Amino acid sequence: MTVTTAGVLFILSLVVALVAVHRPFGDHLYRVVSGTRSARVERVIYRLVGVDPAAEQSWGTYARSVLAFSAVSILFLYGFQRVQDRLWLSLGFDPVVPHGAWNTAVSFVTNTNWQWYSGESTMGHLVQMAGLAVQNFVSAAVGIAVAVALVRGFARSRTGGLGNFWVDLTRITVRILLPVAVLGALALMAGGVVQNLSAGTDVTTLTGGTQTITGGPVASQEVIKELGTNGGGFYNVNSAHPFENPTAWTNWLEIFLILLIPFSLPRVFGRMIGQNRQGYAIAAVMAILALASVALTNVFELAGNGTVPQAVGAALEGKEVRFDVSNSATFAAATTLTSTGAVNSFHDSYTALGGMIPLVDMMLGEVAPGGVGSGLYGMLVLAVITVFVAGLMVGRTPEYVGKKIGSREIRFAALYFLVTPTLVLAGTAAAFTTGNNSTALNVGPHGLSEVLYAFTSASNNNGSAFAGITVNTTWWNTALGLCMLLGRFLPVVFVLALAGSLARQQPTPASEGTLPTHRPLFVGMVVGVTVVLVALTFLPALALGPLAEGL
Amino acid sequence: MRLPTWLAHHLAALRALLVLTVLLGLAYPLALVAVGQLPGLSGRADGSLLTVDGRTVGSALIGQSFTDADGNPVPRYFQSRPSAAGDGYDPTATAASNLGPESVVDTISTDPEKTSESLLTQVCARSRAVGELDGVDGRRPYCTTDGVGAVLAVFRADGLTGRITRVVSVNQTAPATPFLTVWQGVPVELAEPDRDYVAAGGLITPVRGDAPADPAVPADAVTASGSGLDPHISPAYAQIQVARVARERGADPAMVRRLVGEHTTGRSLGFLGEPGVNVLTLNLALDRAFPAR
Repeated sequence: MTVTTAGVLFILSLVVALVAVHRPFGDHLYRVVSGTRSARVERVIYRLVGVDPAAEQSWGTYARSVLAFSAVSILFLYGFQRVQDRLWLSLGFDPVVPHGAWNTAVSFVTNTNWQWYSGESTMGHLVQMAGLAVQNFVSAAVGIAVAVALVRGFARSRTGGLGNFWVDLTRITVRILLPVAVLGALALMAGGVVQNLSAGTDVTTLTGGTQTITGGPVASQEVIKELGTNGGGFYNVNSAHPFENPTAWTNWLEIFLILLIPFSLPRVFGRMIGQNRQGYAIAAVMAILALASVALTNVFELAGNGTVPQAVGAALEGKEVRFDVSNSATFAAATTLTSTGAVNSFHDSYTALGGMIPLVDMMLGEVAPGGVGSGLYGMLVLAVITVFVAGLMVGRTPEYVGKKIGSREIRFAALYFLVTPTLVLAGTAAAFTTGNNSTALNVGPHGLSEVLYAFTSASNNNGSAFAGITVNTTWWNTALGLCMLLGRFLPVVFVLALAGSLARQQPTPASEGTLPTHRPLFVGMVVGVTVVLVALTFLPALALGPLAEGL
Repeated sequence: MRLPTWLAHHLAALRALLVLTVLLGLAYPLALVAVGQLPGLSGRADGSLLTVDGRTVGSALIGQSFTDADGNPVPRYFQSRPSAAGDGYDPTATAASNLGPESVVDTISTDPEKTSESLLTQVCARSRAVGELDGVDGRRPYCTTDGVGAVLAVFRADGLTGRITRVVSVNQTAPATPFLTVWQGVPVELAEPDRDYVAAGGLITPVRGDAPADPAVPADAVTASGSGLDPHISPAYAQIQVARVARERGADPAMVRRLVGEHTTGRSLGFLGEPGVNVLTLNLALDRAFPAR
């Protein structure tokens, strides 16, 4: 079997698995977020937190709950890192420096998991498992909760209530994330992923050298890192590390976990609004963009253009033998199509165009299928913009799944869309005007790509990197921290405001003039709008970076 | 007493975070640590450690350098891939090189601190060294025979256009011989330390040369992995090392080749990943079968 055939089969097997699982798993998700009966453990949690699970929240209260929870999480995580030297399992590491602790706290709370540090030489086991990994769970739950609140806005009418954030957070965590994480962690452990509290085992190698075999609660963190589309590696080299991703089949499993929830959420959307076909249309948009990206990354990487790949004979720098080029490229596409940012190979050493596709994936706004929750709400905002554009063309009031898209709704959608491009382009420009781009490892167009990638990754809450750039400076940690914070919570607030506005409306029955939003025509239009918006926004920047290098 | 709403939100948030930290940050990972101690799983959960005569010599999943104290390859062992993790295969400093596909110009300086090799030159130097060690052709496209990147800075009269005024082989300094004597009629000069020929306006032009498109030294032998800990090499890279290892150990090459086969993992399920040879377990098996003379 040739390398290409094996790579194609790898992708096909993922597609088949996702197609098979997204319905039953989406139905399970649907029951979790729309059920009302509480399990005993959930009732205990509600009592300890002090909330009434039956109370409905307005969009404002829902948003304030999200923001309060995230603010407390950031402060807690910041403090945790600053005192880690006095805690159990610190492995003797110093407290994390203030700008670094700020960056990491924001990074994990915003589901970004950008990492300026090396896990194995900075973070003790306790901070990793009781600080960072906890945020891997809850930041994912927050994303799903916000998406569900938006869908409730479409599904409900003449109400101010969007559900209860504390209930959503608890149910999503306890009934979805935790059970899948336990199963996934056991599978990974069977594959060789480490799960212990060892501070490291010193060994003498065959030739008399020394080596420290690291330990840690890796499997428990690895699984939620993928399932929650977080991406923050236990170790510096993330899923390239044999202790995080030891075999070709764990690699497959990790990609599957990354895509599982994002591709199941359109089903939840369809079920909640009572029109499954609308969910399929959204899933179709995601799938088209995702397959195009996976295919292009594979084609460019396997072609191996560029001086060094030509000299080597393959684009193998920064890639592992057990994954080789194709399975690495597929992982790279999956991790940037979602908000994951885990890597099993180093994008900085990709061919110019092969490395551009992950960058473009993030610039799409991570909607294909996007991060857990954030992918669905991002895609629904794009659908709203699409019906608006279509409405302008034919001169009718735009509607989407029975709700009118008026000036208030389109304003929130437009604001949502503008946040990340503003942060990316302003941030990149700021790095160059202040001279902070000088920390890039590579020079010329590739150096620009490194800076552009950093801001794109942070603002879209991805967390992967063209990792040659040194970002452990006060300026970089502060700037990227701000991008991550604004790139997460401004869109969340706009989405919830949009949801509140939609929930108050009466449903508009479909009429002759309503644009059907479940047909291939609409699917094609959303794909077109997504690509055109991104191309208009980012083409000049891409032309100076990867396109200049690769063409 | 009724709390102001904003404070109530934050108190609920704090309580929720603490409850979830106990559940997700302590109970969940520690339960899995406990499960990992069960027989059947404990070896893997503890890092797949390998022991020889009761002494731990490494992990089956983590690669090692098989070099002597000076960093030279120990010829009786199969060699691992190049590594960017610390001084090589250091699990406390895992890293990739992160050098891009057009990293082709070395920074040559009289100050060793400022000197750095481009990815292309690293690839060329490794290819040449492996070729010499294993007695195969170490030539590669875009590489000079002395093992650096074959790259010219071409200066033209009007910047991007016009006649060629000067040509410098940017990765070669005295006492080397330029890999080409003339380029389009203009003699090729050697580079001088501490000169930036790109900033001076030279157009960077890598030269393909006449090396075979399919070099004898495989791709994984000249590139650093993503983790810096790659435990595998390709079967092709193992193949070119068989003769040397067999000779050094006085072993039958066929026997060595058979051991390579035993330590090769194929694609999982026939289509996941690529085949790889686990270098550490292979070398351990060699030490058992053919102890060093």
